[in-house]
Amino acid sequence: METVKLTIDNKVVEVPKGTTVNKAARQLGIEIPTLCYMELHDLNIENKPAGCRICVVEVQGRRNLAPSCVTKCEENMVVKTHTTRVLNARRMVMEFILSDHPKDCLICAKSGNCELQSMAHQLGIREIPGQEIASISTYRKDTSPSIIRDLDKCIMCRRCEMMCNTVQTVGALSAVNRGFMAAVAPAFEQNLEYSTCTYCGQCVAVCPTGALTEVDHTPDVLRTLADPTKTVIVQTAPAVRAALGELFGMEPGTLVTGKMVTALRALGFDYVFDTDFAADLTIMEEGTELLDRLNRHLKGDKTARLPILTSCCPGWVNFFEEYFPDLKDVPSTAKSPQQMFGAIAKTYFAEKIKVDRKDLVVVSIMPCLAKKYECQREEFSTDNNRDVDFSISTRELASFIKQANIDLNNLDDGEFDDPLGESTGAGVIFGNTGGVIEAAVRTAYELHTGKKLERPDFTELRGLEGVREATIDFNGIPLKIGIAHGLGNARKLLDDVRSGKSQYHAIEVMACPGGCIGGGGQPLHHGNSDIIKARAAAIYAEDKSKPIRKSHENPFIIKLYEEFLGKPNSEKAHHLLHTHYFDKKKKIVVKQ
Amino acid sequence: MSSIKIELRQEDVTKIKEICASFNNDPQELINVLHKCQEHFGYLPAEVQEVVSNELVVPVAKIYGVITFYSFFTMTPKGKHPVSICMGTACYVRGAEKVLDEFRKELGLQVGQTTSDGKFSLSSLRCVGACGLAPVVMVGDKTYGRVAPDDVRNILKEYE
Ligand code: SF4
Ligand code: SF4
Ligand code: SF4
Ligand code: FES
Ligand code: FES
Repeated sequence: METVKLTIDNKVVEVPKGTTVNKAARQLGIEIPTLCYMELHDLNIENKPAGCRICVVEVQGRRNLAPSCVTKCEENMVVKTHTTRVLNARRMVMEFILSDHPKDCLICAKSGNCELQSMAHQLGIREIPGQEIASISTYRKDTSPSIIRDLDKCIMCRRCEMMCNTVQTVGALSAVNRGFMAAVAPAFEQNLEYSTCTYCGQCVAVCPTGALTEVDHTPDVLRTLADPTKTVIVQTAPAVRAALGELFGMEPGTLVTGKMVTALRALGFDYVFDTDFAADLTIMEEGTELLDRLNRHLKGDKTARLPILTSCCPGWVNFFEEYFPDLKDVPSTAKSPQQMFGAIAKTYFAEKIKVDRKDLVVVSIMPCLAKKYECQREEFSTDNNRDVDFSISTRELASFIKQANIDLNNLDDGEFDDPLGESTGAGVIFGNTGGVIEAAVRTAYELHTGKKLERPDFTELRGLEGVREATIDFNGIPLKIGIAHGLGNARKLLDDVRSGKSQYHAIEVMACPGGCIGGGGQPLHHGNSDIIKARAAAIYAEDKSKPIRKSHENPFIIKLYEEFLGKPNSEKAHHLLHTHYFDKKKKIVVKQ
Repeated sequence: MSSIKIELRQEDVTKIKEICASFNNDPQELINVLHKCQEHFGYLPAEVQEVVSNELVVPVAKIYGVITFYSFFTMTPKGKHPVSICMGTACYVRGAEKVLDEFRKELGLQVGQTTSDGKFSLSSLRCVGACGLAPVVMVGDKTYGRVAPDDVRNILKEYE
């Protein structure tokens, strides 16, 4: 590999050709501050508009200061990263940004976790010259079912635009207007709700400021918990336990399953259940559907649509309803685990504890912002009563726990309640990209071949590569599997399905890079992909530690079918656990 | 989740498709396509942007972003009497800015806007090739030369 040698702050360093000054400096332990720049290395995600100029450095022989996030190292370059000229320039840039920024940090959702705030602090900004004369631009606030956009707080780093366009290929957001009215907005500056947004929340996950945040439902949850006429139950998604601890100062990758259960009980939930149980149920339904389509296909039935696509990610569902409505009969009809849980809770469980569904409130804790929208979909309500009443994110749960003055670090491990709290390792790995299909393979393999799996681990399905494929031997039948995470990667596989080129039998898609562990509702990663890897490892560790690791062996799932549902894909199961999809593509109507 | 209903006449749809096709539906040609569309329709309403988005496979948010970035694109239809003020160098030096200000005041419009009765719209132009007459104002096809701010009211009167 060709390398170049340069001097940064009097230290010599040798780096591969093409390395930026910023990265070379980091190699020397010199942190040059950045703001608009963001990288998720292992996920191949990079934002470098070179717009903010916070990262400038002095390069000997150049008249102008150079933005270190995009300036490439050259042989014999001499760089100074913190001269008085540089410090002055940084301060001026910061003062300029802050002169058009609201100062309501006291009540801002990002306070304490805001990159602009920490930068102002790091640079020691105490006053903003010219503030009295400059007027702050105002932009209308936009609230959708999942996301709040408060563009007064936008600093035009354009990370959201990059996520929405380059990574997700949704294209709901674009930079619009110029000067102080510049913003990142949907087409025609309409509200997000009327755009092609999938609510994946990836824009929220990268926004350095309070410009993009989730809709906060903790006040609603608090209100229902205080209502003595309500029985309030909670379900927690797999990815939450692998990330919640980060917001309490724990190392990324610390599993807090038991502590989280204890905290939820302390918050006053009447029953603490696990979405992992519903994930096991999803596998029973989706796996059965896969086997059914596969067997029909093998018998030569042309109506059996293959590949089957997983349907447990609501961001992904929104995406194909908008962009691939012609393929809407291809995905599995199984509901997401969140909604399966709600449907079972408000029927089976409500009957069991003899509470009317109107007095049973289901709260879900999700790594996800799309689930907020999902639980509000009309088809997931009965008599105007939602199956899942409120969906709150990992971040909201952390804030809720802090509001109640509970110190997660010092809690004992609690156990989930029965009967909707028992789960297997297969349910846990739903949080990782590749996990849903691995869980499905564990069950489908045993049901199809009648043989016991030696080892339930299918490591060939794991990893962070954007598109992966593997072939699993199903008793002589090579089952071809495709996996995509991030909607841009999903689009590639879907284009092949549309054109008939796809060779897969089954495809798993998760909208978020890394899967739900990288979801839009998770603790902010601030551009550190090691955090996402640590969470993934934690999920696989939890799987390994489980005595039962295959969904169809979950005793409470077996009981649920015996007592209530009959068989997988039975009429009752269809009624409660399956759904249908809509064509949401905008139509061009021709005036007569 | 998209909501706005897009209604266009068939011939308009056909025209937009033709324009896009003449650029091989190449997304790189977006700006040229928009220029041609604006030439044809006079402005670029949301409906036109939606069709272009479909044809070139460019998100409509991007198209809107481009249109709001460049001042020569407009989303509002021109008035019955479009007023254009030349902002070329010669006109600028001879005080076009003051003339423009006067039109802004008189019409209560910013550049790119149209009065609510649809009568007047205001825009600025690059050199129209009549530098000898600077500053130059055009209303529709009619050209006015050596315009001073004091003339503005009289010019507008002609169209009352
Ligand atoms: S939530 Fe996802 S689809 Fe919607 S604007 Fe953000 S990145 Fe784009
Ligand atoms: S909304 Fe947030 S992520 Fe998007 S450009 Fe503004 S500050 Fe950056
Ligand atoms: S990948 Fe997970 S967190 Fe992301 S949208 Fe899908 S379900 Fe939600
Ligand atoms: S971080 Fe380098 S220009 Fe913004
Ligand atoms: S500059 Fe106005 S006509 Fe040439």
